[in-house]
Amino acid sequence: MSVTREEVAKIASLARIRMEDAELDRMVPELNNILDWVEQLGEVDTSGVEPMTAVIPNTLRLRDDVVDAIPETSGGRRDDVLANAPAAEHGFFGVPKVIE
Amino acid sequence: MPETANDLTNLGVKEIRDGVAGGDFTAREVAESFNAAVAAAAELNAFIVTTPDHALAAADAVDAKRAKGEDLGKMGGVPIGMKDLFATHGVQTTAASHILEGFKPQYESTVSQNLWDAGAGMLGKLNLDQFAMGSSNETSYFGNVNSPWKKDGTNTAMSPGGSSGGSSSAVAARIAPAATGTDTGGSIRQPAAFTGICGIKPTYGRCSRWGVVAFASSLDQAGPMARSVEDCAIMLEAMAGFDPKDATSLQMDVPNWEAALDADLKGKKIGIPKEYRMDGTDQAILYSWEQGKAWLRDAGAEIVDISLPHTKYALPAYYIIAPAEASSNLARYDGVRYGLRDLPEGAGLQDMYAATRAAGFGDEVKRRVLIGTYVLSAGFYDAYYTQAQKIRTLVAQDFEKAFGQCDAILAPTTPTASFPLGSLNEDPLTMYLNDVFAVPASLAGLPAMSVPATINEDGLPLGLQIVGKPFDEQGVLNAGLAIQQRAGFEAKPDKWW
Repeated sequence: MSVTREEVAKIASLARIRMEDAELDRMVPELNNILDWVEQLGEVDTSGVEPMTAVIPNTLRLRDDVVDAIPETSGGRRDDVLANAPAAEHGFFGVPKVIE
Repeated sequence: MPETANDLTNLGVKEIRDGVAGGDFTAREVAESFNAAVAAAAELNAFIVTTPDHALAAADAVDAKRAKGEDLGKMGGVPIGMKDLFATHGVQTTAASHILEGFKPQYESTVSQNLWDAGAGMLGKLNLDQFAMGSSNETSYFGNVNSPWKKDGTNTAMSPGGSSGGSSSAVAARIAPAATGTDTGGSIRQPAAFTGICGIKPTYGRCSRWGVVAFASSLDQAGPMARSVEDCAIMLEAMAGFDPKDATSLQMDVPNWEAALDADLKGKKIGIPKEYRMDGTDQAILYSWEQGKAWLRDAGAEIVDISLPHTKYALPAYYIIAPAEASSNLARYDGVRYGLRDLPEGAGLQDMYAATRAAGFGDEVKRRVLIGTYVLSAGFYDAYYTQAQKIRTLVAQDFEKAFGQCDAILAPTTPTASFPLGSLNEDPLTMYLNDVFAVPASLAGLPAMSVPATINEDGLPLGLQIVGKPFDEQGVLNAGLAIQQRAGFEAKPDKWW
């Protein structure tokens, strides 16, 4: 399977990465080389094989039902959360106007 | 630099820890020596930022504890390099990307906190391939890392490997006694092999991923890089441990790996996978593999032939799974919550996302995000992603079956020695092939280590890899120790920086 220039442009748009024409021209053969190479996976008979979901057998834990049990991942840290925001305003993340 | 300071930078983790505890020198003297060595090695470009004050403060705390007769911790007085993929409180954390330039985490990663709690200090944040995507340390926004090694008689800049290339370069150059690394598909083992040092990736889940910038979460695992197996054992003990903040953290006690180190392999079986004998592997690497077998036999082990039939499919499966996870993980870089924002004049939210990510990600990161987006997109998901996850199951089953016949596996770490920077940039695929021997163990979540074996005809180091059963870091370390004792690897790079 190979991808066309239009398809790469579409993928870039889905991935929210702006790409200039020259960059697309460079990306298309590179992606096709990689896709051609991974194509060999198709020759493996995987009927009856379960796709891997967890590499090491592990059970998902339930934490105790306690509010703010782990300080680092709890609430009340607005200023920490906003500390690295490119545009923090009035205690919120600032973004360009979304609704006309 | 005073003579004593020179001597201190030749010491490893164990020697520093024991020397500080025994009063042979102070932790402050050690930190000052390494700070000076780091400052004098800017040409390696191993560090993105240096933090000499952090190293000194940690050292002073250890010296104060010693004065009071308190326990100094497993890493008491040892200054280390921290791969710039670990969030460090108040210290810029970039993943070697432009998009995170200037980002100062308001929290500390679990692994780095564990190290500070064990008495270690931080020399600085180490350069790496951008978002840990690369095998040569040429994708960093902050420039290539130079290996301290050169081919005999040449002055060509060589790759320290990747993605933990700042870590490998710093430890090999003796400007840090040890460093953290992370391994998604070989990023600890391959750079360790390229620079003549040791590095171990533990079983998936041993080290918490909390606060580690995510690349491919089902594969990412932190581990130590140092110049001896003993030093790796000590540092891994300090790094590992259950963490409720990571859903995939293993709820198991951390064994006392250092105390249980034992190079006597009597009764152990070491498997040699026939599929790792691949076209394109250097003769010198194949020869070192033979040496490795002889060393392990000499340590009492029995060498047995094994088969890992799906080996050739591991790498292509990895290059579906890892980019798929990366495309999801890296969706968070949106110019809203942290990091770079590129807001063109009059642009709306969607344009801001696209402009920010275009400006903030390097080429290799974009390539992988696009591949990941493609293989997860409607219509292609089953053909690519599900098929790759099924093959991952088959790769893991290969290992499971093999471990019915052996206790650990011996293989080369890489198909070649280090290469000149810039020599493999033409085609991303040739670069990917560097990790052909490292990726299978990553897909199976297994502990795996690289130990220096020998020097090739160009004067460059070669490593041997040991892969163990799940949770059997001890078996890996023990086999590594047996190799270390017999290989007698004492070569070090001539100082040119």
